[in-house]
Amino acid sequence: MNFANGGLPGGKREKLVVIGNGMAGCRAVEEILARDPGRFEVTIFGAEPRVNYNRIMLSPVLAGEKTFDEIVINTSEWYADNGITLVSGDRVDHIDRANQTVVAASGRTEPYDKLLIATGSEPFIIPVPGKDLEGVVTFRDLDDVDRMLAAADKGGNAVVIGGGLLGLEAAHGLSLRGMKVTVIHLMPTLMERQLDEAAGYLLKTELESRGQTILTGANTKEVLGKQGKVTGVLLEDGTEIPADIVVMAVGIRPSTGLAKAAGLDVERGILVDDHMVTSDPAILSVGECVQHRGLCYGLVAPLWEMCRALADHVTDRPTGYAGSVTSTKLKVSGIDLFSAGDFSGAPGPDGEPCEDIVMRDASRGIYKRVIVQGNKVVGAVLYGDTADGSWYFDLLKKGEDVSDIREALIFGQAFASGGALADPNAAVAALSDDAEICGCNGVSKGQVVSCINDGSHSLDAVRSTCKASASCGSCTGLVESLLSLTLGGEVESGPKTLCKCTSFTHDDVRALILEKELKLIPQVMQELHWSTPDGCASCRPALNYYLLCAWPDEYEDDQKSRFVNERMHANIQKDGTYSVVPRMWGGLTNPRELRAIADVVEKYDAPMVKVTGGQRLDIFGIKKEDLPAVWADLNAAGMVSGHAYGKSLRTVKTCVGSEWCRFGTQDSTGLGVQIERMTWGSWMPHKFKIAVSGCPRNCAEATIKDFGVVCVDSGYELHIAGNGGIKVRATDLLCKVETEQEALDVCAAFIQLYREEAHYLERTAPWVERVGLQYVKDRLAEDGAIATYAAAFRYSQQFMQDDPWARRAEGERSDLHQHIATVRPMEMETVS
Amino acid sequence: MIGDWLDIGSAQQIEAGTARTLPVEDASGAKVREIAVFRTMRGEFFAIENTCPHRQGPLSQGIVHGDVVTCPLHNWNISLRTGMALGGDEGCVPTIPLRVDAGRLYLLRSAVIGSGNQAEAA
Ligand SMILES: Cc1cc2nc3c(=O)[nH]c(=O)nc-3n(C[C@H](O)[C@H](O)[C@H](O)COP(=O)(O)OP(=O)(O)OC[C@H]3O[C@@H](n4cnc5c(N)ncnc54)[C@H](O)[C@@H]3O)c2cc1C
Ligand code: SF4
Ligand code: FES
Repeated sequence: MNFANGGLPGGKREKLVVIGNGMAGCRAVEEILARDPGRFEVTIFGAEPRVNYNRIMLSPVLAGEKTFDEIVINTSEWYADNGITLVSGDRVDHIDRANQTVVAASGRTEPYDKLLIATGSEPFIIPVPGKDLEGVVTFRDLDDVDRMLAAADKGGNAVVIGGGLLGLEAAHGLSLRGMKVTVIHLMPTLMERQLDEAAGYLLKTELESRGQTILTGANTKEVLGKQGKVTGVLLEDGTEIPADIVVMAVGIRPSTGLAKAAGLDVERGILVDDHMVTSDPAILSVGECVQHRGLCYGLVAPLWEMCRALADHVTDRPTGYAGSVTSTKLKVSGIDLFSAGDFSGAPGPDGEPCEDIVMRDASRGIYKRVIVQGNKVVGAVLYGDTADGSWYFDLLKKGEDVSDIREALIFGQAFASGGALADPNAAVAALSDDAEICGCNGVSKGQVVSCINDGSHSLDAVRSTCKASASCGSCTGLVESLLSLTLGGEVESGPKTLCKCTSFTHDDVRALILEKELKLIPQVMQELHWSTPDGCASCRPALNYYLLCAWPDEYEDDQKSRFVNERMHANIQKDGTYSVVPRMWGGLTNPRELRAIADVVEKYDAPMVKVTGGQRLDIFGIKKEDLPAVWADLNAAGMVSGHAYGKSLRTVKTCVGSEWCRFGTQDSTGLGVQIERMTWGSWMPHKFKIAVSGCPRNCAEATIKDFGVVCVDSGYELHIAGNGGIKVRATDLLCKVETEQEALDVCAAFIQLYREEAHYLERTAPWVERVGLQYVKDRLAEDGAIATYAAAFRYSQQFMQDDPWARRAEGERSDLHQHIATVRPMEMETVS
Repeated sequence: MIGDWLDIGSAQQIEAGTARTLPVEDASGAKVREIAVFRTMRGEFFAIENTCPHRQGPLSQGIVHGDVVTCPLHNWNISLRTGMALGGDEGCVPTIPLRVDAGRLYLLRSAVIGSGNQAEAA
């Protein structure tokens, strides 16, 4: 566009001054020129000493994929050709609204008829000690990139604070430039504003596999330095990370200082109306510095819209800007990630609930989630395959009714477009016979159909005959469609799944955890295609237990996935207080323990103490805040947690046996104590009770326990799977042994078999009834089975027999016991 | 503006997927109510009355999944966002407006001292 052509001959042109030679400022000028090239005489002030460039491409410049010249948007010729005066490297310091002039740092004063503020944002610097050290940089303009490149030339360690879009792009660039990069992120999930936990987990895993260290939930305490230069970063938890450069990328703040000083209305950003006019009609504003209808934006797409509305307005064809829905992509090569709209699951203004449609394909590292509300797409998170991102975004922006394509929506545009294909069954019917259904096992549609025709009438049957969907399970939906297409309504329903979040059964999940070596809850959810982002109250505790049982030496217990009692190591009562049961080995106690218990009861005003059915003392009515102190007192008398609260070994009940009783055949008390010493602290699928009776009179009620020992003259009868609960079940005799050692070994082996094979929340009685007594006998009768299972149990116990009370009493996880604060309305202040 | 909001401490004090409690006392120091402040796995914060609409179970002690907490006493599912009981159950807990600013948590003052079901103006 040549200014001379569109000039208004003779007429004095209005003076437009633009503050900010960045993406929005220059785009606004371009839009105006396109509408009415001769209308304004334009002067642009830019604090940066250069022409306008594409700021978002700084990431590829840092990564070495682009040069600065390639990202320039407006060359100096452009300014000249359009008669624009560019004052670069000169920051405007002052706006004089009364006289309609601006004053720059150099002293240059420029009058205006219309002023456009497009000052963008400033990086937010976290106010920690050391933030001003040399080597602490931000990521906003070309100078920052140059500083990072200079540091990268020397190699060494880089720490990026902030795991959002900018931080991760900086980390990627620095790591490509050869630095060893650590990303410190405050939140538990990377890019938590754009990604849910599942996608964040995938991203983290990918970045870690590329050699970056990613610390989530990490809080920076201080930037460390020597002689004014940065040397490292200290975290709140005491971790020290060496650093030759620290990039702060924790967020941006709209640059509003100038506008505020000029007395314009400013909140988080400069307030503008739908035509980008500020509270002063002569002053306009666009870009990241503005706040429009309550929102500030940090991406370019909304800026383009704003610039369009601004240009329409100043050229007297007002259209107005109505706000933007934004979408995000991460510019890290090889990582496909897309996020748009609202994925919080918040109900709509009229309370309309949200529905998640989730699809995962672990073998290809894909996670897709589309959020639908009242037949409309309101959000989408895609990882691994973002091909349909723009389609979802389009549906979202247009607010299109998706009820017709709802079923096939998650399969993407190719599947869902066209009414006939909208039914997933129809989509599957339309596939050719040699289309691959199960990628893992290479099974085609034709093979699955003939396997169904040959008599496999359920998902399980198909899985075991032709192996389709037997591995990763991601094609389960397709196989189910084929079943219903081939059989009509005759599909046999499969076994019960672990919970509604998965199509796998408990057994599948346990087997796959071992087979695929899954070691974290989010990993299980991803690899096994969980249909919810973070599970539910049924699957989380089950997975936590399965992982703990599978990897006793490695797995770090997830307290968030524990039921309250196991998290608080005490039994919650109906009034929200807790009951505390210290362990009394085999039901034995002594004056020191009794005194300590009596003292606790008095000191904490416990309203009740009771002897339990398992021969323990139960102290009631303890507040969660007092638990650590109570435990400290009990620990001091030598007592540890009784696990009366857990899906774990509860108690070993004993009778007095041959030591005292005239009928006693063996030392039942001594054996009971030994068994309890061996088994305490072990987590199980459900609670587990043991008893040892000294003779068949059975005073310890061993025949209604999960494991019972009845002593006889010739040795020990070992019983299993009894239950004294809702449905009383007497034990089955497992076997008879001659020595205490054998009794201990069989006990350990039986427990381990139960731990490894029962479903979570299945007690031994229903488990043995489900699998059959003979099955249990056979398994334990296999060559060397007793020794192997017993050894596995004892190995696992090395990691479990650690009194949880002692750690809490020493202050571990005090957050679980203390209030965050207290509100005293008199002062209306909080007291920590 | 800020005067309407009560600073209850740093957001860091709540681990994702858990809740902390905030007792509210009257002039004599007696507890009149307890608020549970949640942080979801995704990092969102919510404050609701720490009392289950079923039989007053302490919701702060439940398992958090998505933006739902499962009551530790009888497994009712309560939406942290709306306070409504989900599924087949009927009931509702008061929610308390919360905002996060510069890493600190703020509750709407009037909703904190407003006792029980409705938040009266201070
Ligand atoms: C590394 C990086 C990667 C990004 N990636 C993406 C992406 O992938 N997608 C996306 O949508 N967005 C991305 N963004 C955001 C995008 O760049 C911004 O939204 C956009 O640049 C904002 O435009 P703006 O004009 O409001 O601000 P800017 O482009 O920052 O322009 C403001 C200009 O004003 C100047 N200025 C400020 N105050 C004064 C003053 N008083 N006097 C004179 N001049 C002044 C500044 O120096 C600056 O040059 C990225 C940003 C960065 C930093
Ligand atoms: S079970 Fe036998 S040995 Fe034990 S107390 Fe009773 S009678 Fe005595
Ligand atoms: S008290 Fe919450 S479910 Fe019963």
